[in-house]
Amino acid sequence: MSNDPIHQFVIQKIVPIEIGGMDFSFTNASLFMVASAAVAAGFLYFATSSRSLIPTRAQSVAEMSYEFVASMLREGAGSHGMKFFPMVFSLFMFVLTANLLGMIPYFFTITSQIIVTFALALLVIGTVLVYGFYKHGLHFFQLFVPSGVPPVLLILVVPIELISFLSRPISLSVRLFANMLAGHITLKVFAGFVASLGTLGALGVGGAVLPLLMTVALTGLEFLVAFLQAYVFAVLTCMYLNDAIHPGGH
Amino acid sequence: MFVTPAYAEETPAATAPAGQDAAATAAHGTTPAAGETHTETGVAHEAGHGSGVFPPFDTTTFPSQILWLVITFGLFFMLMKKVIVPRVGTIIDNRQDRISQDLDQASRLKAEADAAVETYERELAAARAKGNEIASAARDAAKVKADAERAAVEADVSAKLAAAEARIADIKAKAFADVGTIAEETAGTVVEQLLGKQVPQGDVAAAVAAAKQEA
Repeated sequence: MSNDPIHQFVIQKIVPIEIGGMDFSFTNASLFMVASAAVAAGFLYFATSSRSLIPTRAQSVAEMSYEFVASMLREGAGSHGMKFFPMVFSLFMFVLTANLLGMIPYFFTITSQIIVTFALALLVIGTVLVYGFYKHGLHFFQLFVPSGVPPVLLILVVPIELISFLSRPISLSVRLFANMLAGHITLKVFAGFVASLGTLGALGVGGAVLPLLMTVALTGLEFLVAFLQAYVFAVLTCMYLNDAIHPGGH
Repeated sequence: MFVTPAYAEETPAATAPAGQDAAATAAHGTTPAAGETHTETGVAHEAGHGSGVFPPFDTTTFPSQILWLVITFGLFFMLMKKVIVPRVGTIIDNRQDRISQDLDQASRLKAEADAAVETYERELAAARAKGNEIASAARDAAKVKADAERAAVEADVSAKLAAAEARIADIKAKAFADVGTIAEETAGTVVEQLLGKQVPQGDVAAAVAAAKQEA
C-alpha cells in the first residue's frame, strides 16, 4: 500500500489522550503543528537574536518576511491595519512553514487537513467580525450595503454581498486545503508510477523516466504553490481585515 | 456543511488507487456501496481509526486537531506578538534611524565642506586682488624710477653732446686759424724757391689773406 496517495493524509495517534469521551490524542498532525511552530519560531528567534545593524543572511530573511507581510498589510488594510500585524505575520509564517515542511518526504502536511485550514479561516473571520462590531457597532452592516448603488438594486446587491461574506471562511479554507491536498496526491501518484514501472524490467525502467521527470517538475511547482498559498491566505486576510476597519468605503 | 458534497466527490479518488481493495470487495460478493468500500480502504490504510473515511474528512480527528492547533498556533502567535515582531521592528527602526542619522551627518559635513570651499575661494580672490595691487604698485614705482633714470641719462648725454660740439667748434676754429699760418709759411717757402730771394713776411701774409678772401 506504499503507493496509496491517500495514506499520507491519515492521522495516526502517537500519544492517545481522551477527555470526556473526546479524542484529543497527540497525533502525527499535532507533531507537525508543533514542528511548524517550532521551526518558524526557532528560525525567527535565532536569526534575529544578534539584532545586528548589518544583517546576517538568516536575519535578512527574517526581516524580509517581516517587511513582506508589513507592506502586504499596509497596502491591503491601510495603516490602521498594522495593529493586526502580529496575527497576519503569524498566519503567514505558520502556513508557509507548514506547507514547506509538508514538501519533505514522509512529513505530514497539516494544511492538507480541512479542519486546520478551516480553523485558521475562522480565526480570520472571527477577528473581522469581533473587531468590526467592536469598532463600528451596527455600522459594520454597511459592509453589505455598497455606497453609490441605487436603492432598487440594493434588494439584489445586499444578499449577494451577504453570501459573499458568508462564503469567505469556506473559500479561504478550501483554497489552501484543496491546493495542498491535490498537489500532494498528484505528486504521490506520479512518484508511484515511477516505482511501479520500475518493477517491470528494462522497458518499465525506460518508461519510468517520463513520470520521474514529471515528479521533478511537480516538486518545483509544489514549492511554488506552498509559498503562493501562504501568500494568498495572508493577502485575503488583509483584505478581509480591511473590511473590518473600513466597512463603508472601498 | 460543505464537507458532505466534497466528501462524496473525493470518494472515487480514495477508492480508485486501492483497486485491489475494490476487487476484494467484489470477491466478498457485496455491492460496492460507499460504506463498504470505505471500510475496505480504511483497513488498507491501517489507519487505526477504522472509520475508513477520507482522512481529512474524518470528523473523529477534529477535536484533537483543533486542540493542538489552538495550542501550537496560540503559542506561536504569542511568541510572535511578544518577542519576534517587536524585536524585528526595533531592528528595522534602529537601522532606519541610523541611516537617517548618517544621512544627516553626511549633509552636515557636506555643508561644512561647502562653507570651507567658499571661504577658501573668497580668501583666494582677496589674495589675488592684493597680489595684483602689489604688482601694479611695483610696476608703477619701477616705471617712475626708470623714467627718472632715463631723463637723467638723457640730460647727461645731451650735456656731453653739447660739450663735444663746443670742443669740435673750438678745434675747427683753431684749425682754421692754423691754416693761415701754414699757408703763409708754405707760400713764403714756394716763393723763395721760385724767386731765389727772401720776400718780406708782411707781403706773404697779405697775399694769403687776399687769396683767402677770394676763396
